[in-house]
Amino acid sequence: MTHRTDIRFVLNGRDVSVANVSADQTLLDFLRLDRRLTGTKEGCAEGDCGACTVLVGRLGDAGLTYAPVNACIRFLASVDGCHVVTVEHLSGPDGRLHPVQQAMVDHHGSQCGFCTPGFVMALYALWMQTPKPTEVQVETALQGNLCRCTGYEPIIRAAIAVRRYGTPASDHLNTERETMTARLAALKDGRRVVSGPENNLSILPSSVDDLAECLQAYPNATIVAGATDVGLWVTKFLRDIGPAIFTGHLEDLKTVERQGSLLLIGAGASYTDCQDLLSEHLPHLSSYWDRIAGWQVRNLGTVGGNIANGSPIGDTPPVLIALGAEITLRRGSERRTLPLADFFIDYGKQDRLPDEFVESIRVPLPRPDDLDAAYKISKRRDEDISSVAAGLHMSVTDGIISDVRIAFGGMAATPKRASTAEAALNGQPWARESFEAAAEALAEDFSPLTDWRASSDYRMLTAQNLLRRFFLENDHATDTPVQLTCA
Amino acid sequence: MKDNVSIIGSAHTSVNHDSAVKHVTGQADYTDDIALPQGALHAYLGVSDVAHAKLLGIDFSDVLATPGVVGVLTADDVPGANDISPTHLNDEPVFPTDAIQFHGQPLFAVIAETRDIARRAAERANIEYETLPHALDPITAQKAGYPHVTAPLKLERGDVAPAQAAAPNRIKGRMSVGGQDHMYLEGHIAFAIPGEDDDVVVHCSTQHPSEAQHMVAHVLGVPSNAVVVNVRRMGGGFGGKESQMNLFCAVAAMAAKKWNRAVKIRPDRDQDMTATGKRHDFVIDYDVAFDDEGRIQAVEGSFAARCGFSADLSGPVTDRALFHADNAYFYPNVRLNSRPMKTNTVSNTAFRGFGGPQGVIAAERMIEEIAYATGQDPLDVRKANFYGTKDRNVTPYHQEVEDCILDRLVGELEETSEYRQRRQDIIAFNKTSPVLKKGIALTPVKFGISFTATWYNQAGALVHVYNDGSIHLNHGGTEMGQGLNTKVAQVVAEAFQVDFNRIKITKTTTEKVPNTSATAASSGTDLNGMAALNAVEQIKERLVKFASETWSVSPEEVVFHANQVHIGQDVLAFDAFIKQAYLARVQLSAAGFYKTPKIHWDRAKGQGRPFYYFAYGASCSEVTIDTLTGEYRVDRTDLLHDVGRSLNPVLDKGQVEGAFIQGMGWLTTEELWWDDAGRLRTHAPSTYKIPLASDRPRIFNVNLADWSENRELTIKRSKAVGEPPFMLGISVFEALSMAVASVADYRECPRLDAPATPERVLMAVARLQAGS
Repeated sequence: MTHRTDIRFVLNGRDVSVANVSADQTLLDFLRLDRRLTGTKEGCAEGDCGACTVLVGRLGDAGLTYAPVNACIRFLASVDGCHVVTVEHLSGPDGRLHPVQQAMVDHHGSQCGFCTPGFVMALYALWMQTPKPTEVQVETALQGNLCRCTGYEPIIRAAIAVRRYGTPASDHLNTERETMTARLAALKDGRRVVSGPENNLSILPSSVDDLAECLQAYPNATIVAGATDVGLWVTKFLRDIGPAIFTGHLEDLKTVERQGSLLLIGAGASYTDCQDLLSEHLPHLSSYWDRIAGWQVRNLGTVGGNIANGSPIGDTPPVLIALGAEITLRRGSERRTLPLADFFIDYGKQDRLPDEFVESIRVPLPRPDDLDAAYKISKRRDEDISSVAAGLHMSVTDGIISDVRIAFGGMAATPKRASTAEAALNGQPWARESFEAAAEALAEDFSPLTDWRASSDYRMLTAQNLLRRFFLENDHATDTPVQLTCA
Repeated sequence: MKDNVSIIGSAHTSVNHDSAVKHVTGQADYTDDIALPQGALHAYLGVSDVAHAKLLGIDFSDVLATPGVVGVLTADDVPGANDISPTHLNDEPVFPTDAIQFHGQPLFAVIAETRDIARRAAERANIEYETLPHALDPITAQKAGYPHVTAPLKLERGDVAPAQAAAPNRIKGRMSVGGQDHMYLEGHIAFAIPGEDDDVVVHCSTQHPSEAQHMVAHVLGVPSNAVVVNVRRMGGGFGGKESQMNLFCAVAAMAAKKWNRAVKIRPDRDQDMTATGKRHDFVIDYDVAFDDEGRIQAVEGSFAARCGFSADLSGPVTDRALFHADNAYFYPNVRLNSRPMKTNTVSNTAFRGFGGPQGVIAAERMIEEIAYATGQDPLDVRKANFYGTKDRNVTPYHQEVEDCILDRLVGELEETSEYRQRRQDIIAFNKTSPVLKKGIALTPVKFGISFTATWYNQAGALVHVYNDGSIHLNHGGTEMGQGLNTKVAQVVAEAFQVDFNRIKITKTTTEKVPNTSATAASSGTDLNGMAALNAVEQIKERLVKFASETWSVSPEEVVFHANQVHIGQDVLAFDAFIKQAYLARVQLSAAGFYKTPKIHWDRAKGQGRPFYYFAYGASCSEVTIDTLTGEYRVDRTDLLHDVGRSLNPVLDKGQVEGAFIQGMGWLTTEELWWDDAGRLRTHAPSTYKIPLASDRPRIFNVNLADWSENRELTIKRSKAVGEPPFMLGISVFEALSMAVASVADYRECPRLDAPATPERVLMAVARLQAGS
């Protein structure tokens, strides 16, 4: 079967076919420059402000679902087969304001107005998913949207009030759902897509097996899943990423399921895709997960990508290492599995061959009596990169600690286990003194850096205090709260 | 004659922002949204990668060899003066010729067919330089013998030394206060279209169109009448677009004239944050003498500011820090000095409050010191030192405080916030909570309104009434989200007694109102509202004369009311009346003007009345900190703020809420961090953290002091609102400080520096725990 060379999707109401889409062409530039849909704004070009928020509808196993994403770091090629909805598509054919828009107007949710279309789109997505949100749900949905004028209060009031302005059932994305599902289904032709100029190809494999083949053919290609990191290589560092192999559309890479005593997470599953299953089986990750980036980024960013890029400050590796996770890498038809902790060799160096890709992550479920915790410390509570992230796991039997796994992010050149601290706890009694000894031992495990997120001293003291927090939280002798909650 | 009928959108009503519908639909056009003419080019800045160096030369061969590059602009291409210093000190070139003065300094611009090409090509220049030692902060700069960027100010009253000697208590301390990036959501942008002769039109996002116009003319070497600057709206300004847009306007205009094509320049967020100025960081040394009751006897203060490489607006900014170093408190004897230090950093600039917040926070630190030293509730120390109304009412700059309403305002907030009871509850909570600790603080603000550059306190407006009765309103102010256009239109609607929607609010343009002042210093409505009202009154006077003559009634019998004009016993619809006036050849257009009365300022003496009046406010915040990590949460904030008689309560409330959150951000999570090489490493929202929705106080009660009325004759007795509530954020900072102090049983002032990041909070906790 020959490759397709154009990218096809639905933009608002229209079918679009774009030929010669280079790997680094962003959706935002396409909207603003090619289509002059200027309601979508560029505020930061790094997925942190939300001014460029659009909805992308994707036809997956669960049917057609819409999610807010950052158009600035979403590559155009990656919307192949999708429905892209911009702020221009909100008001009805009669020109009347959409309920979300009217609520924003009535509650004075805009001042300078530049961030407003992005807020409207995020609130639109929230309203469709959760028509009667709580204040905390609104805040969680707006973690990826910055406003510098209003102080947010009127926007929250508008978000709560939308329920009085209309119901999602009568919204046109819902009333036209069947038609749109059919239109998107028609775009799925099962072909590999290869678009763009020779030196800057966009490649969309037709399946995971085809992905393995593509990587063999283009071993130096950049693998792009959610682009929440690779996007910045382009928009901030002006790096060439072509040829790029996009994986975000591969449904069979998004598996998230329980298999007996473990959870299987496909490398292409977004943070959002994983959220429900993780919250059900690993409740200690529930609020931690809400603090990974903002909603738009959680809808695109993948656990597989967070691991594969090898960052020392990724949020997921420390907590997954502490749970004893393993990853499976695939090269052609060969697969190998290794403990996640062993994947990280050094700064910028992972145990992955050029034509190999992370296929899945397996997370063993703790036993009922195990103690687990996930902590994230950042300058700002939400939508911030961690200064220190920690995963802790241990068993306590008859008052004796065993099976200790403690991993930290932000403390070394890679996500790393605190082996000296672990040794200081293993076999020791459950007591404050044991944790004090482990805290002391951390100084043997790490010599953290000073940078703009935190000083070395703060990182070390906080890491030590997180061990103390873990003790206090799990010690039945203490009953006063030892951690702030957002509610 | 008058009935219950009234117009829609009169003064003192909560009219929506006039662009609200366009904002939510994405139809509001910002400069980047304007359709480009055929053949438009794009410019991008090339910047230095060293903090201080002798510039030897730049090799552009790789830049020029890039396909799509049209050319480069350097200092050699400046046809007029290579200078965009707003104070005319000639210390800020468009592009430098021999010295690199900060990391990220613009050195040249690349002009290309697309922005992407220009941006990539700008990285390819080969810059030759010889590095020099650099000084990044004001203290290092002082030690290295760096000069002031502009003349320092001294304010002095009373006799400090004897008062210090006589006082039973005296505390000296130092406080570091961080700067702040504006983080307006729309970054800098300018777009120039060349015209015939010397003409050029520049569309941009500036708070100061007239200055941009004069700078472009200056740089091009043409008279100001050749240059038109247009601003429809800004996506936020906050002071960051007062002088900083000059560079972008100058580059776009020079390139447009050189290549005779339209040229747009838009830096990316990182370049916007590294190449343009921010709020000044300060290091403040204070020396406060006080009696055993905590009454201040004498204050001495030195305010060293990181000004950056040039003066820009650092003179008036550091002046204003001194003007507000008293905040709400009477200092019987006082001496304050500013130290506007040159540093090898970007030239700092205006930011909401304009140095005032840095002065206010120093006053609040001294109050804290006294409270911990005397074992009192800080609120009692505050109240003991408030300005009086009859005596104890002279500021360090010798202006009498005539309108102080703090006793009533703070008293009300103290009641409604239940401050006293909650403080007791918090002290009890802290006794039994091992990890989480709480703090509460109630802080006041008094803020002086007027530009301290007296000549800036003037404004113009142009009002046309067309013969169909529709009204076209133009004034010298710029719209950056604050609702200025809405408020001024309300004033016009009320004066003509017509519905608000009859008035078309148009872009700000130097063609219609000349020699305008920056929309800054919270003055937009005060000045432009008055100028517009003056224009309306001129037209109305002609209309009244016409009506009284034509209908043979006395002028008093001509009354504009609710879209009608009552003339004796006759009633005409407004538009029908206007049509008659037009046919009778009445001039239906007027240019209005206003200048603020009463103000004067002698900077050399440090005496005068720089402010027409003061605006007041108070806030009470409660926080919880985690003493294991330094993380915190704002549990509740109550605000009570004075906007005089509000022109538009809902817009004013929006300003108060937004300013509070921005002020809180300045003092909590917004941290500017330079590395040793002088690189700003927090230069985009990924690294520079402004508050999010979830950082709002969990309970947030915001009220305007609706009983307040400006005692001065301002527009409809309202008060300026842009800047004063910014300082309400200080209550969060002081509450954090109290929570920290709890770990040493409130015996010691925690001396938190700002911003109080979780790291600073934890380290202060650790310091106090170790000391106790």
